[in-house]
Amino acid sequence: MPLNIRTYHDLTEPDRSGLPDQIGAQRRRVAERLATVGRVVAVMSGKGGVGKSFVTAHLARALARAGRAVGVLDADLNGPTAARLLEAPAARLAVREDGVLPALGVEGVKFISMDQLLEDGRPLAFRGPEQESFVWRGAMEAAALREFLGDVVWGTLDLLLIDLPPGMQRFAELADLLGAAPAVLTVTIPTPESRDAVRRAMHAARDRGSELLGVVENMVGGAFRGSAADDLAREFAIPVLGRVPFHPNDAAWQGIVDSALRTPHSAP
Amino acid sequence: MKFLCVECDQQMTFEERQLPGDGTLAAAFRCPRCGRAVALLTNPMETQLVASLGVKIGGTTLPAQPLETVRGMVATGRDDAFADGVRGRGSGVRWSADAEDRLARVPGFVRGMVKRIYADYANDRGIAEITPAMMDRARSELGLEGM
Repeated sequence: MPLNIRTYHDLTEPDRSGLPDQIGAQRRRVAERLATVGRVVAVMSGKGGVGKSFVTAHLARALARAGRAVGVLDADLNGPTAARLLEAPAARLAVREDGVLPALGVEGVKFISMDQLLEDGRPLAFRGPEQESFVWRGAMEAAALREFLGDVVWGTLDLLLIDLPPGMQRFAELADLLGAAPAVLTVTIPTPESRDAVRRAMHAARDRGSELLGVVENMVGGAFRGSAADDLAREFAIPVLGRVPFHPNDAAWQGIVDSALRTPHSAP
Repeated sequence: MKFLCVECDQQMTFEERQLPGDGTLAAAFRCPRCGRAVALLTNPMETQLVASLGVKIGGTTLPAQPLETVRGMVATGRDDAFADGVRGRGSGVRWSADAEDRLARVPGFVRGMVKRIYADYANDRGIAEITPAMMDRARSELGLEGM
């Protein structure tokens, strides 16, 4: 004869662990921290090796030169590069009662990156059982992203650029943590292979509710041939914000910033 | 997560949490009517999954430290990544020599945060001196696996 067991909701005493409350508090911490950030923009491609981090860092620098308060959150936890690209590889993080101060990169760009935290040359590794690590590793990386969003004292920013790794996993985590899908700036190289991979990511972002701000085509004028940016811009009815040559100068980045600022929806 | 004493049809109350140091976790619950205690035992993978969510079974009494999960769980962090120079509310608490020795064995990546957690724990409970025994108690009570 089966036992007569009341359900979780039948028990009226509070759940001492309060796991949903703890998760809710984490989300509120992120929202409160980002309340002073004018806009969060995810830099995304869905494709590896197209130069997302390079574009993110240089756009942040150009925006800073244009007088904007800009931060960069390097969400590529396993291949972090922001510290070097922002010319502050030795930056250390100061801990305060209310959070961690971001490092200050060249031209005053605030940033946080796993780059700053890991031993030189060592991969991101977590303490814990190696067996079945696939079960928990993703959650651990999402927790790191949450803490980068919620525990860093960003202060007042016009724009926080989030440099996403290839693929869509981190984008989904980011949308969950923010409570809404962020606006997206897409980076591609000219080739049809890149276009096809980036297109999938853009569909995924749009399906999730992201505003697609525009496309930046990187590594233009060299060995890579194609019309990826134009194709994507046409398909998604968004602007090509700029084309970045292999050896861009400050003026090239400034042109993209100017173009973005002229585009009503993408202006930071 | 709730525990029900089926015989008494009574919700059990959280009693204590223990971290044996082998990656597992024990959380004890007691029936307020008949006094029977049961323990939830999680294996290392289950313990890690809970830790990766940044939550603690049995709840928590101290606010989360900045980057607590990153600092507590990253195994390849550089010793000098953080400058923990700011004094917290537990900064006036005394450390015994044994406790300082034990703290010195904590990796530099996480040491400043661990020091502050123990100091805040002592301060909140009116404990004047931090000893290894107090550290053990705090570790279990707060769910500080590996700290």
